[in-house]
Amino acid sequence: MLEFPRWKVWLIAIVIAIGVILSIPSLIAGTAVGGGWPKWMPQYKISLGLDLAGGSHLLLEADAQDAQKQRLQAMEDEVNTELRRDPQIAIGDISTAGGRLSFMVRDPRQVDAAVDRMRNLTKPLALTGIRDWDVQVVDSTRIVMTPTASGSAQALKDAMGVARDVVRRRIDPSGTKEITVVTEGGNRILVEVPGVEDPEALKRLIGQTARLEFKLVDLSANQQDVQQGRAPAGSQVLPMADGSGFMAVKRRVMVSGDQLTDAKQSFDQDGRPDIDITFNTAGAKRFARATQENVNKPFAIILDDKILSAPNIQEPILGGRANITGSFTVQSAHDLAVSLASGKLPVKLNVIEERTVSAELGQDSIHKGVIASVISVALVIVFMLVTYGRFGVYANIALVVNAFLILGIMAMFNATLTLPGIAGFILTIGAAVDANVLINERIREEIRRGRRLLDAVETGYHEAFRAIFDANVTHVISAAIMAYFGSGPVRGFAVVLLIGVVTSVFTAVYFTRMLVALWIRRTRPRELHI
Amino acid sequence: MKLLKLVPDHTNIDFMRWRNLALLLSLIATVASVAFTIYRGLNLGIDFVGGEVVRAEFVQPVHIDDLRTRVDRLGVGEASIQALGNDRTYQIRLPKPPGPETASNAMVSKLRTMIPQQYAGARVDAGDSVSGKVSEELAKDSAMAIGFAMIGIAIYIWFRFEWQFGVGALLTLAHDIAMTLGFFAFTRLPVDLNVVAAFLTIIGYSLNDTVVIYDRIRENLRKYRKMAILPLLNLSLNETLARTVVTSLTVLIALGVLMLIGPEVIFGLAIAIFLGVVIGTYSSIYISSPVLVWLGVQPDSFLRTEDKEGAEAQTA
Repeated sequence: MLEFPRWKVWLIAIVIAIGVILSIPSLIAGTAVGGGWPKWMPQYKISLGLDLAGGSHLLLEADAQDAQKQRLQAMEDEVNTELRRDPQIAIGDISTAGGRLSFMVRDPRQVDAAVDRMRNLTKPLALTGIRDWDVQVVDSTRIVMTPTASGSAQALKDAMGVARDVVRRRIDPSGTKEITVVTEGGNRILVEVPGVEDPEALKRLIGQTARLEFKLVDLSANQQDVQQGRAPAGSQVLPMADGSGFMAVKRRVMVSGDQLTDAKQSFDQDGRPDIDITFNTAGAKRFARATQENVNKPFAIILDDKILSAPNIQEPILGGRANITGSFTVQSAHDLAVSLASGKLPVKLNVIEERTVSAELGQDSIHKGVIASVISVALVIVFMLVTYGRFGVYANIALVVNAFLILGIMAMFNATLTLPGIAGFILTIGAAVDANVLINERIREEIRRGRRLLDAVETGYHEAFRAIFDANVTHVISAAIMAYFGSGPVRGFAVVLLIGVVTSVFTAVYFTRMLVALWIRRTRPRELHI
Repeated sequence: MKLLKLVPDHTNIDFMRWRNLALLLSLIATVASVAFTIYRGLNLGIDFVGGEVVRAEFVQPVHIDDLRTRVDRLGVGEASIQALGNDRTYQIRLPKPPGPETASNAMVSKLRTMIPQQYAGARVDAGDSVSGKVSEELAKDSAMAIGFAMIGIAIYIWFRFEWQFGVGALLTLAHDIAMTLGFFAFTRLPVDLNVVAAFLTIIGYSLNDTVVIYDRIRENLRKYRKMAILPLLNLSLNETLARTVVTSLTVLIALGVLMLIGPEVIFGLAIAIFLGVVIGTYSSIYISSPVLVWLGVQPDSFLRTEDKEGAEAQTA
């Protein structure tokens, strides 16, 4: 018991010193002395969860139907482009009904060639031997392309990666905010934005797929048919964004929003909000050619399958700049500009979970949590003191050191403190003394049994350790399961419990043992007041 | 300084004398709790059934009926409105709307817009919206987490002690969880994710007491080979009684403070753990220990593993 080598004392002292130093930046953050912490010292800080800092948490899920629809549309464009190249193959009756892309090859002699070129459009999936699309010939002239399951899965995975980046750019165009955007479980994106008061603005930004397309208006269509949803071959019927009816447009996309480099909210000559867009070189060329070929014809500006407006092409637009008109407010034009500039979402995202806390409520929680923590610690300290005297003082020093160590370790790993985390902290304080209670009660018992002082202390620490160890393992099991299954705030609770279990064994067992050993060695007491 | 001794030295309480009565009462209480929970159901929060909760702060006192009329006018389904402590802070809960998942977002938006529009200076302080899909997953994950924690801990106890002790631990946990559930069903306190975290904590902490007592029972079984099992359990319980009381008190002091003056968002968590500690203390004495008698633990139960245990004690 008394053999407590100097290196062990130093080791324990160093661990504690590191813990205290690491915890200080978190403790003084936001207070008057916050700036006084020297720059050469560690700057690790505990981050505050959204329930304390205030902010919005959104869980987005990919709309599987929309993902499939977009994929079919993209393939339709590819097929059109491919078969129009030399040697051209004429096709007709193209359809995306039933989740498959099918079309007829007009010249039966070209079917084999068409199939070959279609097969080339599909991609093999790494190592599996399966391709992302299945190409078949039905009724000798009809080619049917069906997306394979693994192809769809791969496409979704790719789309989620792109969607994550798009969401990030939309919420934080300048890239300066501390936001979290991560994909989760294959088809979800978790978004955490601190300090947001109005989650509706966020949802407006994310809610738009922002797929911008320019298509020619089909003037040959019969207006009555169009209002009933029937379009001539090669055309489709789309609703007007302002709800004023329907319009038939050519299926073929003249230019799409993929080729934009920038979009800004602006005003037209009459002072109405509109959006200025700038194409990249390829887009500018395509736009120039399309407008040259179709002067004096109306073309439809389509956003997410709704027609914003269908102005006449007055003259060829050669500079790669255009503006989009429609019935916008300044806010909606601005939101759309941000969405267009950040690129379209490869898949529509639905908000399936939303949690928002205002900064005021978060501040209030911190305030109440800190007061409750301080009072709890004070009461426990008094209780330990009147129960165990000198050994209570040791337990209390261990308790305070433990608090610093928990904060220090959390800061080091940049862990997030949540409101339940504060509860975990208080709980750990209450429970950490358990180890000392076990030890001290055992020492009392051994003294009652007539053991000599040194022997009693030695036995107390030795015999109590088994129970301390087993009891803490049960905590670790439940906290680890909580950390694994829990989300956000609950995980914060589990993390504090886990760290607290480890640090409390260190402080309550090894650290107090050192204090007791040093005391006995120094004063050689004859009897123990415990 | 005279030190405080809550439990006098050399207590000799015959705990085991009432073991059958206590077990019977515990059994009745547990069955009643479970039956009551099933019959009346838990007041499950939106985390587990989906829906929306909005918390609003008003500058002027607002009458609950006035607020209810205005919320009803939005046509967002049957709202339940609750004052939080005073008549300027309200919590409004909306059910999950029928139809697609996206419909719920529109409802919260309506509420969020209406409140600052119709009450000057009012603020929406927090808003949670959980879709049916997510709530189903959360409910499933929570149930699985509680199940895994109980089984995991019971298996650990089995490895460290003997199988009887593992069974005892599992029964103790089942009792504690059932009683706490019954409490939540009775009080209609909302059960949210925080409460599930509390349940997991109870699983860890309730076993804390049990482990300490089991450790002492094991020690005494080795020490007093000739002693009958009942007096041995009594001895172990009395020897650890002071520790049981002191530890439970420190935890309860800390949690009591949190419950009374802590942030109200985590009131459910604090009260659940508080209650769990009280129940856990009782069950570590009256469930964990008598179960060992039933399952036939004898002084020679640890003889076979003596060598292994001896080696362990040394490394400890």
